[in-house]
Amino acid sequence: MEWIRNNLITPLVEQLFPAAVHTHAVFTIETVFKIAVIIVPVLFTVAYLTYAERKVIGFIQGRIGPNRVGFFGFSFWGLGQPIADAFKLMFKEIIVPSGANKALFIAAPILSLAPSLAAWAVIPFGDTLVLADINAGLLYVLALTSLAVYGVIIAGWASNSKYAFLGAMRSVAQIVSYEIAMGFALVGVLVASGSLNLGDIVAAQNGSMVHWFWLPLLPLAVIYFISGVVETNRAPFDVAEGESEIVAGFHVDYGGMAFSVFFMAEYANMIIIAILISVMFFGGWLSPFQGILPDSVFDVPMIGTLLGEGIHWLLVKTSFFLFMFLWIRATFPRYRYDQIMRLGWKIFIPITIVWLIVVAVMVVTNMPWWFD
Amino acid sequence: MISKAEILILMPEIFILTLACLILIVDTFSQDPLRRVTYYLSQLTLVLTAVLVIGFSPEQTVYAFGNSFISDGMSVVLKTGVFVISFFAFLYSHEYLKEHGWLKGEYFVLGLFAILGMMILISAYSLLTVYLGLELLSLSLYAMIAMHRESTTASEAAMKFFVLGAIASGMLLYGMSMIYGVTGSLELGTIATNIESNGDNPLLVFGLVFIMVGIAFKLGAVPFHMWIPDVYQGSPTCVTLFIASAPKLAAFAMAMRLLVDGLQPLLNDWQGMLIILSILSMATGNIIAISQTNIKRMLAYSTIAHVGFLLLGLLSGTPSGYAGSMFYIITYALMSMGAFGMIILLGRKGFEADELAHFKGLSERSPWFAFIMLILMFSMAGVPPFLGFWGKWFVLKEVVDAGFVWLAATAVFFSIIGAYYYIRVIKFMYFDKADSMTAIKASKQMRFALSVNGLALLILGLMPGALLAICVSVLSIAA
Amino acid sequence: MIEQTVFYIFSALLLLSAGLMITVRNPVFAALFLILSFFSTSAIWLLLEAEFLAITLVVVYVGAVMILFMFVVMMLDINLSALREGFARYLPIGGMVAISMALSMVLVINAGEFGLASDTVQRHGADYSNTKELGVALYTHYLYPFEIAGAILLVAIIAAITLTMRGPRSSKAQKPGEQVLVKSTDRLRIIKMKSEGADSEPEKDPLAESKLAQSEDITVKKESL
Repeated sequence: MEWIRNNLITPLVEQLFPAAVHTHAVFTIETVFKIAVIIVPVLFTVAYLTYAERKVIGFIQGRIGPNRVGFFGFSFWGLGQPIADAFKLMFKEIIVPSGANKALFIAAPILSLAPSLAAWAVIPFGDTLVLADINAGLLYVLALTSLAVYGVIIAGWASNSKYAFLGAMRSVAQIVSYEIAMGFALVGVLVASGSLNLGDIVAAQNGSMVHWFWLPLLPLAVIYFISGVVETNRAPFDVAEGESEIVAGFHVDYGGMAFSVFFMAEYANMIIIAILISVMFFGGWLSPFQGILPDSVFDVPMIGTLLGEGIHWLLVKTSFFLFMFLWIRATFPRYRYDQIMRLGWKIFIPITIVWLIVVAVMVVTNMPWWFD
Repeated sequence: MISKAEILILMPEIFILTLACLILIVDTFSQDPLRRVTYYLSQLTLVLTAVLVIGFSPEQTVYAFGNSFISDGMSVVLKTGVFVISFFAFLYSHEYLKEHGWLKGEYFVLGLFAILGMMILISAYSLLTVYLGLELLSLSLYAMIAMHRESTTASEAAMKFFVLGAIASGMLLYGMSMIYGVTGSLELGTIATNIESNGDNPLLVFGLVFIMVGIAFKLGAVPFHMWIPDVYQGSPTCVTLFIASAPKLAAFAMAMRLLVDGLQPLLNDWQGMLIILSILSMATGNIIAISQTNIKRMLAYSTIAHVGFLLLGLLSGTPSGYAGSMFYIITYALMSMGAFGMIILLGRKGFEADELAHFKGLSERSPWFAFIMLILMFSMAGVPPFLGFWGKWFVLKEVVDAGFVWLAATAVFFSIIGAYYYIRVIKFMYFDKADSMTAIKASKQMRFALSVNGLALLILGLMPGALLAICVSVLSIAA
Repeated sequence: MIEQTVFYIFSALLLLSAGLMITVRNPVFAALFLILSFFSTSAIWLLLEAEFLAITLVVVYVGAVMILFMFVVMMLDINLSALREGFARYLPIGGMVAISMALSMVLVINAGEFGLASDTVQRHGADYSNTKELGVALYTHYLYPFEIAGAILLVAIIAAITLTMRGPRSSKAQKPGEQVLVKSTDRLRIIKMKSEGADSEPEKDPLAESKLAQSEDITVKKESL
């Protein structure tokens, strides 16, 4: 980063801007550059997550999945499929239904994608690798995940269609209910780590695999993950789309790029949830071998870097939880609506509240391993 | 940090909150349609909390929790009053709800929370606690009114109460924010000293006006009385009884805390406002009450008139004046509880005895309860030797002492007008023929409680010295 | 300089969205403008270094309250012309009250009265945690009011449940255990009936009647199950 700033950005700024605004310009361009460094891989991952989903579910169901579209005449196991899908969606017409509210109809997909991209600002990829190291990072994440629902509800209303509206209503009730359990789970993390800063939360889990928060906060971790599945409207909680009942739910009237933005938002949200779980409950960039292998191993040139802490562990953990999303989708039938509500209000919320007390007791009594 | 002593001072509040939560859980598992366990536990809670309040009553005024809580003589007396009145109110309510068949355990839980709100309000020594106590009290009351879901009038009453109450709370908060902005403190004592040292500021009066609106609304003084008749008439009688009795003590305490403890240096400003409120209340209440045919509505207007009288004592601006007001409000709470108790007594399933005509010929149906009602009505009208007379007497004496002879004369004039509609009830009972001779159906407890309530007015009226002495002594310490 | 510019941008946005919120015709747009004004407020609070309050405003109001608000507004079929009916009639008196209120506020309220001019806001470093300070204040100095607020919320929950709960709804799920244990006497009641008069046909009489009664009984029982 230093190198880029000194050798690329600064000379460019000196060429283009008057001297008075140099520092501001450098800062702005640097931040935009950092954002691009985060967002571009995220969007790339989103594209290939759709491919992964079709492949994984295919294998689980004893099918092959997409295997034709490739590059330069070679099929490459169908790796070209997401690109082809993207091009197809980009060149399709966006149809605004008659009676729909045009401005909101177009704004809705953007509103649903924007928060899930904005949440990346506070995700720590390493000790110092974070775009915005803010104190209230956890709260910021909570705020942004709760905003995603606006895209859905506005889409449902603006489409001027019964199915879309039904889907939006279902989605809203569901997300609002599970947000409470999710928020309580985050409070548990806050109590355990004593900080709202995501970097500090990872640092508080330093030690070994058993020091990570998944063990003392096991019920909260499980609830957070399931609530995450609900918040992203994924199967088995996908009643907002419910293709067998209400066609495609809130985005039934969307086509082309507008639809694909919704699609991207869903997958971007999945990635955010997966990475948040890794950060908050599974030690983020910390290595699972820490505390197991002797410290001298980590000093060995190649192997030490690989086994020691680093961004690759975060990516491995995130990939695992993304796989869980797909696995769950391929395994479980859809919940009935009242069952979803019952699970959220009558099971998850009480459990989180009870476990908050347990965590508080553990912290106050300085329980060994985690809080001593 | 919080010391153990502070927790001890707060013991009654903590106790009642814990018990209310406990009762809520017990009630969830209760299968009894009469909710006996819930009811008896609630009554026991009231008794024990009263014991705690009296047991923990401090020798001199103490403050706790960063001066947001005060425990002094006035708070002990008013809280005890709230417990006694609520005890009776719960008893009547249980009878009423049993008879009318929509008894729910939450009624008593919400009642306990309302009582907690009153306790907080009575002991509030910062703007924040005044507001929060008020909200806790009001919220519980809204729910208690709306609880009778089949009744459209109850829903309407709850809605009106809620909307107007929210507006009044907004006004109160707006005024409080002004006062806080100028004095830089939420705590009432500091506010008073800051105002005294920093002198006059137009913002203070601006804030005072809004606070006054809030107080007037909660007390039900004209022109902020519009909710009272509709709420009193629309609510189920047992809730009306509760609203019309105990919360009035809390509202009085709120006025005392805000005006006397916090804004005493602005006495000249709020005195004028209170004079206007008082005259308007007495005039409107007494005159409009004459044309009412519904006794609940009539009692609502009589409340407004009584509030006018209550304000007379406050506006005199002296400790003995406040003592007079306190005496008056306790008296009033006892009387209004008895009057609404009579309506409950005469009612039965599917029938509310809330028309004046239902009292016709009561002396033939039940000479004893006609006599109790006679005591209540005479007491409200201020006929000696009943307790109500002494309330009016002490307040008037203070107003004259403070130099407002013309105001006292006006008050007497309006209370003479007011006597007409009270005595009309007595005329109905003793000189009219009854429409039906249905026997009065009520349990022994109910009869006993109502008799005690009525006779208390007579006995206390014969020797009002003790109660007055208490009021005077606690307030002279406070001031 | 930048900070002031940001402040003015967000203040302008706040005023604009608040104004539009009360003037716009469509209630859904009004709700959306209210959300926008919450966002602007939150941004202004961030400038004041009150990051906890700013984010909480978004979490609570935008993330929860306004969503439920939208939920309701979208489902309501509000007749706007009916709402605006009395507008012209109440305008003179309402306008007079509004103007006099505004005048008195302008006359009385200005920053000098609050003694704000003498205070300058203290700047804190990046490691200063607003959240922690707030937590310490809430759990020590303001513990009592804080707990009362908790009690108020509890009352709100109790009230809401009492006012809306209509008893546990019986589930329509089948209970195989009960179905297996059931006996014929639980479902079937045989009623003996006399024949109705001499002229009716003899074969049809008692048996058919009782069968009819049985089948009715069965349907009734089925409903109650």
